[in-house]
Amino acid sequence: MWYYVQGVLALAMINVISVVGLAVFTGFTGLFSLGHAAFIAIGAYTAAISTYFYEVNFYVALLLGGLMAGLVSLIIGYPTLKAKLRSDYFAIATLGFGEAVRVILENLDITQGARGLPGIKVYSTFPVVLIVTLIVIYVARNFVFSRYGRMAIAVREDFTAAEMMGINLFKVRLRSLFFSAVCAGVGGGLFAHYISFIQPSMFTGVQSTMLTAAVVAGGMGSITGPIAAALIFAAIPEVLRVANMWRLVAYGFILVAIMVLRPQGIFGYKELSWKTFSGLVRKTSRAKGGAA
Amino acid sequence: MLLQTLVTGLAIGGIYALMAVGYSLVFSILNFSNFAYGAIIMLGSYIGYFSLVKFGVPFPVALVLTMAGASLLSFFNERIAYSSLRKRRAPSLYFMISAMGTSIFLENMVYATIGSSFMAYPEIFKQQSIRILGSSIGLLDLFAIIFSFVSIYVLHYFINNSRTGIAIRAASYDSMITQINGVNLSRLIGLVFVLAGALAGISGIFLGMKYMAYPTMGWITNKAYIAAVIGGLGSLPGAVVGGIILGILESLVSVYIASTFRDVFSFSLLIILLLFMPAGLFGKYLEEKV
Repeated sequence: MWYYVQGVLALAMINVISVVGLAVFTGFTGLFSLGHAAFIAIGAYTAAISTYFYEVNFYVALLLGGLMAGLVSLIIGYPTLKAKLRSDYFAIATLGFGEAVRVILENLDITQGARGLPGIKVYSTFPVVLIVTLIVIYVARNFVFSRYGRMAIAVREDFTAAEMMGINLFKVRLRSLFFSAVCAGVGGGLFAHYISFIQPSMFTGVQSTMLTAAVVAGGMGSITGPIAAALIFAAIPEVLRVANMWRLVAYGFILVAIMVLRPQGIFGYKELSWKTFSGLVRKTSRAKGGAA
Repeated sequence: MLLQTLVTGLAIGGIYALMAVGYSLVFSILNFSNFAYGAIIMLGSYIGYFSLVKFGVPFPVALVLTMAGASLLSFFNERIAYSSLRKRRAPSLYFMISAMGTSIFLENMVYATIGSSFMAYPEIFKQQSIRILGSSIGLLDLFAIIFSFVSIYVLHYFINNSRTGIAIRAASYDSMITQINGVNLSRLIGLVFVLAGALAGISGIFLGMKYMAYPTMGWITNKAYIAAVIGGLGSLPGAVVGGIILGILESLVSVYIASTFRDVFSFSLLIILLLFMPAGLFGKYLEEKV
């Protein structure tokens, strides 16, 4: 039983890594990416190919995957962000980028095309995944609370005003995109070495949309909210194993319902912290005291 | 050979144009990317399939049924997923997410209920082809070209000459002032979604005849967004031009380079074009409203 829970948790945490990256990008700059599965794919393939064909150390391979995803994000990010595309255009450009990456992966020799790479060694054990996830969350937290994070928030709230305050829009956005792509790449590397088989059809636009869904449902502009949402999203299908087909139907429904009923997301702009919990405890105890 | 490629490109380009016009129409009024549009087209394709196969109605009736069904879906899509956002004056980001949710919902609803198998349309247009100027063109393609352009022209005429059309154009310019001048904006937006749904129905049935109906037709409806962005979001002539350019480019790449890289080329075209013309060819929305 514990073995099974561990497996579910490990996949959930791998998902969390990419979601945290995207939370930093979408939640803090307000730009929408529909192609982040491509960065996961690039990270997964780079790391897998490094350990599979070149027998690189696993941790080095993870970093390489993250770095490669980051570099590729500059290729798409530099021109599109430089041109200051409005968010719809940017979303569609990333959508196209994601599809293009998948087509290229399907047609390269080293990725073995659509057949995929089987037999990748399983290095992503539960403790490894846990530690990497914690590191990523810690770095993301520092990123958000740093000067860069504050600049990103300013850009999201009102980019014209932010620009007038002397913030370089392009730099802030590109930096956030780079960071999120590195996270996605690392997540992809872990993923490849966890389930030991990857093929291009695993990294579709649906996955990109799911990542964005987790960020939105968790609350844009929060780190802990999307983490909680990503964990919940990963846990629900396991609980409702029978309703596997209806899982995505429910996701779509939840997404619309959140937008209609609670557009700030489950947690809004707030961060979950010990304070939230202690606040909750205090409220409930006070309520009890009042009743007595 | 070249002429043949151009004609094939024009046939698929016509369908792209049809999809892009419907998508751009919604954009011009509500100023957001309706990502649910692809799912409406996909469902239109299924409605066409079921009315032709299960109910065995003749093609013109099936076409009308499909248009009506897709219009209805599109209308309810707006009423359920967007209208409360609209009343709250939510930023366009929220509309986009809501649209994405609708798209995921509808697509997977089809998966869960109908299944993922490919539904082949019965043969309505015989596989014969006509020879024009030394190149052969399939009857289906010819009909698709003619019908796409006729329906786009009808829409164009409606928007430019009817009172409602004037109201739509006015609302795409400034919806607030239009409302002050006595236009019922909520009804107008409903009508715009019905019109877009009708176009989705037509393109759905043609796509179904050309490529069969299946839940993930989304990859081809993505082309509608790309065509609309190439032409400039919100511009109807732009959407037509974008659709045709995309269709012709794709058939040129398929024939002269490699069909596997067709999509890579269309996406690269999109990105390169946006670098030089960030608003697309005929776009008027360069910056977002703050």
